[in-house]
Amino acid sequence: MKSEITIKMARCKGCGICVAFCPKQVLALSELSKVYVKDGEACIACGQCELRCPDYAIFVDKKVSQ
Amino acid sequence: MRSFEKYFRQNRLPHLWCPGCGNGIAMKAIVQAVERKGFTQDNTVIVSGIGCSSRASGYMDFDTLHTAHGRAIPFATGIKLANPELNVIVITGDGDCTAIGGNHFIHGARRNVDLTVVLFNNDIYGMTGGQASPMTPLNKKATTAPYGTVDRPFDACHLAQAAGATFVARSTAYHVTHLTDMIEKGLSNKGFSLIEAVVQCPTAYGRKNKMSDPSKMMMWMRDNAVMKAAWDKLPAGDRGEKFEIGVLYEDQYTDYAAAYEEVIDKAGGNK
Repeated sequence: MKSEITIKMARCKGCGICVAFCPKQVLALSELSKVYVKDGEACIACGQCELRCPDYAIFVDKKVSQ
Repeated sequence: MRSFEKYFRQNRLPHLWCPGCGNGIAMKAIVQAVERKGFTQDNTVIVSGIGCSSRASGYMDFDTLHTAHGRAIPFATGIKLANPELNVIVITGDGDCTAIGGNHFIHGARRNVDLTVVLFNNDIYGMTGGQASPMTPLNKKATTAPYGTVDRPFDACHLAQAAGATFVARSTAYHVTHLTDMIEKGLSNKGFSLIEAVVQCPTAYGRKNKMSDPSKMMMWMRDNAVMKAAWDKLPAGDRGEKFEIGVLYEDQYTDYAAAYEEVIDKAGGNK
């Protein structure tokens, strides 16, 4: 996994903006309409989800290679 | 936790805006611009009126003032004149700024008071249930316009420019970094700055106009916003629903606090 995705569940309202703008389909909405990481391996840490999240619920950091 | 979050009142989050509302994105752009400018929580004042957009002042950890409907600019003018050292930011909405506070807006611009006005344009009165605002685009539906509005909308940027504002810019919730840049430039300008942030309202506006998905509304912004340079070359016939973004107008003029200081000098007040 190239990145570390942090989700603040209490803030997520399930609007789906992060899911729609993810270029690698990493994210998805659960049955309870909250975001979850579906395919973390595919994440390229572009930060599109964090950039447009209106609720400051998702954060992406690049993992520094050891 | 990101560095800009220190400007939020953490115990007030999550905010009460609807899922997918663009106001949160615009609020983040403001605090990021403030952070880049190096303003502190002590020398920055946030003033807002009434409406969805104006709830922002409650979430931001500065000295904030939540004022009467449409009257944010007069309150902000008072703050600026009482202490010109402060950086005063006005957060307002399309209805608050161009309808209820329409005259305050044009006269604030005319006087060139050193304020940075960030107008969250969601095309509708969201908080009160989706009435058509003066910036609802032509033929779009609202609860007070079930067959589409027949009133021609205001262009707040042209209005501010004509009234005498010295910095006018527009951006959208989709173009977050661009929006932050525009607000930062507005904060740098000594004089009246207007930044129109086009934001999506999926609940009150989108549902009535076949765009209830907030991400679809943001894609609409992506596809229809045109940078100023490209817009100028675009033939009038091809413009359609498209709109221009970027710095639309810049000028230099004495700001109101400086002009007022001169009056105080003439009257012998500084002796």
